[in-house]
Amino acid sequence: MTVAYPIQEHVYDAVVVGAGGAGLRATMGLAEAGLRTANITKVFPTRSHTVAAQGGISAALGNMAPDDWRWHMYDTVKGSDWLGDQDAIEYMCREGPSAVIELEHYGVPFSRTAEGKIYQRAFGGMTTEFGLGQAQRTCAAADRTGHAILHALYQQSLKNDAKFFIEHFAIDLIMDEDDGACRGVMAWSLEDGSIHRFRAHVVVLATGGYGRVYQSTTGAHTCTGDGGGMALRAGLPLQDAEFVQFHPTGVYGSGVLISEAARGEGGVLVNSKGERFMERYAPNAKELASRDVVSRAITTEIREGRGCGPAKDYIHLDVSHLGEQVLRERLPGVVENGRVFAGVNALQEPLPVVPTCHYNMGGIPANIGGEVVVPRGTNLESPVPGLMAIGEGACVSVHGANRLGSNSLLDLVVFGRAAAKRAEAIVTAGAPHKELPKAAGEPALARFDRLRHARGGIPTAALRQRMQKVMQTYCAVFRETAHLDTGIAELQAVWHDMADICVSDHSLIWNSDLVETLELDNLLRLAVATIHSARNREESRGAHAREDFPKRDDERWLKHTLAWVNADGAVTIGYRPVHLKALSDDVRAFPPKARVY
Amino acid sequence: MVAFTLPKNSRVGTGKTYRAPAGAKRVRRFRVYRWNPDDGANPVMDTFELDLDQCGPMVLDALIKIKDEVDASLTFRRSCREGVCGSCAMNVDGTNTLACVKHIDEIQGDVMVYPLPHLKVVKDLVGDMTAFFAQYASVQPWLQAESAAPQARERLQSPEDRAKLDGLWECILCACCSTSCPSYWWNGEKFLGPATLLQSYRWIVDSRDENTGERLDYLEDPHRLYRCHTIMNCTATCPKGLNPAKAISEIKKLIVERRS
Repeated sequence: MTVAYPIQEHVYDAVVVGAGGAGLRATMGLAEAGLRTANITKVFPTRSHTVAAQGGISAALGNMAPDDWRWHMYDTVKGSDWLGDQDAIEYMCREGPSAVIELEHYGVPFSRTAEGKIYQRAFGGMTTEFGLGQAQRTCAAADRTGHAILHALYQQSLKNDAKFFIEHFAIDLIMDEDDGACRGVMAWSLEDGSIHRFRAHVVVLATGGYGRVYQSTTGAHTCTGDGGGMALRAGLPLQDAEFVQFHPTGVYGSGVLISEAARGEGGVLVNSKGERFMERYAPNAKELASRDVVSRAITTEIREGRGCGPAKDYIHLDVSHLGEQVLRERLPGVVENGRVFAGVNALQEPLPVVPTCHYNMGGIPANIGGEVVVPRGTNLESPVPGLMAIGEGACVSVHGANRLGSNSLLDLVVFGRAAAKRAEAIVTAGAPHKELPKAAGEPALARFDRLRHARGGIPTAALRQRMQKVMQTYCAVFRETAHLDTGIAELQAVWHDMADICVSDHSLIWNSDLVETLELDNLLRLAVATIHSARNREESRGAHAREDFPKRDDERWLKHTLAWVNADGAVTIGYRPVHLKALSDDVRAFPPKARVY
Repeated sequence: MVAFTLPKNSRVGTGKTYRAPAGAKRVRRFRVYRWNPDDGANPVMDTFELDLDQCGPMVLDALIKIKDEVDASLTFRRSCREGVCGSCAMNVDGTNTLACVKHIDEIQGDVMVYPLPHLKVVKDLVGDMTAFFAQYASVQPWLQAESAAPQARERLQSPEDRAKLDGLWECILCACCSTSCPSYWWNGEKFLGPATLLQSYRWIVDSRDENTGERLDYLEDPHRLYRCHTIMNCTATCPKGLNPAKAISEIKKLIVERRS
């Protein structure tokens, strides 16, 4: 190391990394439970990407028509293409109504029905009576529900006086080699350039998804999967990384999201022949089929020459027939994004859209209580002491092979709350900390210092673009062996070139060049885990569509993928069984069957 | 307190110029404020020439292109790139706005890019928002009600009452409005500024909140509220099209009404 870094020491009962919906909900719950809690976040909490969630949060409140959490559970299991763990899905769907009511009590400005209840809209894959009718289950605050929830959760954190370390970048976990436990986390303050060592009885990773491994994504620039990167470096696996959701309607060009609420409120997809093509792919649900189904349909239309525009490379989403009042009241964000990013007046014209990377179903394997689990000996789900993961960065797995729209906001608050409860049960407030392992945090600082002074020949942005291009070209909506193999080889070259990276800002205060390089170091590991997992899974399930293996194969592949990435970028694959049993006797589990919309 | 001339160490000099690549057809100059906390030098305006044919449509696209391809040390906040997170608030072409929703072709001539005015600069376009967020917290921006919430169901709110929140709850705390306000420049330590006042009003008019009296007590103060002189830069600049000036006048009206 060129210089020794002075380290500021902090001791807490619990440390949460990330201040999106899951991180804030956990932080609040931990603080309420009397645990000394710190939250470390690289952006100010209301800048987190939960803010961009639009359509809503699902919960079987039954405000519009009778509803039942069991129907919600069935839809989620089917949406997951049976890869979701049914006990976890039961837990999420059962907890849904109370979690949403709690948000309302926190002050979330939900849209309302005439009776003053929370307004709920239709969303893809959400049905009544186990698939019979279309449900209205998605609780909405216009089409800015994520914004409403994130701000309310931050406001509650202010009320609870939680301690935040804002614009602090988490570098790496502090792991104890003796017992494999997590003892804390190293972080870097952008504001003054200082280095911090946090000790905690429990570290909760709530760092979100990694959409930025792709060239075109609805995800923010900050969606770089830092928690997953840290977990992989700590020798922990990533689960189900091959399952990447492509949202059917990203704005052509910019990739900015057009909410599924547009279709939930009655918007239709049209090809260059003016044909409402979803009628062919999903005769019943049409535009409100599951997202993977709609994205594949759009991609097929474009491939077969029925795309719109001069290059025939997008599809039209038409909401103009819904009328000005509905659009202004319920879809103001759709109208705004159309105007700003597509130059289209959605009140009168269709929006140009393409499937765009949107969500990672996979993540750090965790159980219902948020504890990170790994296979150890005969126990395939052995908790890693002191480490939890929640939100998009985790894989519980409630979304399996494909997430239903509006289930992600629910996932955040339900498992944010669950992790806080579990931590309350296993951590004694103020308990003394075990001595830190010798040299704790030093490997993290060595990596930090090496990248800070990296003077190779390839700028971070150039290498990041190469990675994004590989993933977009070889590991997107449709996948195939030869392509994946090419992608793997090209990604290995990117990995190799990481040694020749060039960081031109060597300062410590707000060095965003270094931030982006540390983020790339995380992204690249996640990209490698993703493409190898995709190559390995020889079937088509949910969002993972293999052209050479077009069928779902429950006999061989009804199991979760685990992927470890070693220091050379080589990947080891393992498996974990899918939980096919429900959590309680209040519902019968749903055995796998064909998935038709 | 506002100063009429910049202190010596804040005077802005001329920085480097980076020429457009050869063969560029549609060249625009971006003049960007640079200040590095580490070198003790005065701030400068760097000039970057970009080929707009090779660049996305927004000012943020240009800044990212500069960072990716010309000068990786250029420092600015950004995240969602769709106008909802509030990170990339800065002063572009003389107006505070979000770089991610500001079209380059709406701007005539050179594109001038500065940090938000009257914030302490941390580095380049990154301003210190600490005081701004502390003011936001000071109005206790959370639902306050004595009456217990109903068990296992939501508080009811009519669509009409809910509609009163429209134009308020969408605020993204980007600080464009507050840092455009001359009164806030002058008395930023004591005047809460338009963003915080709008946020306070969002709770005052929420039919579920029962602490209107205390909220108005806190605001009824020569500085916190009444430094607003209806200049209305806030409303003119809000990138979300909100109207903080109106929210402030509504607060003033409520205070007058409760006196009579």
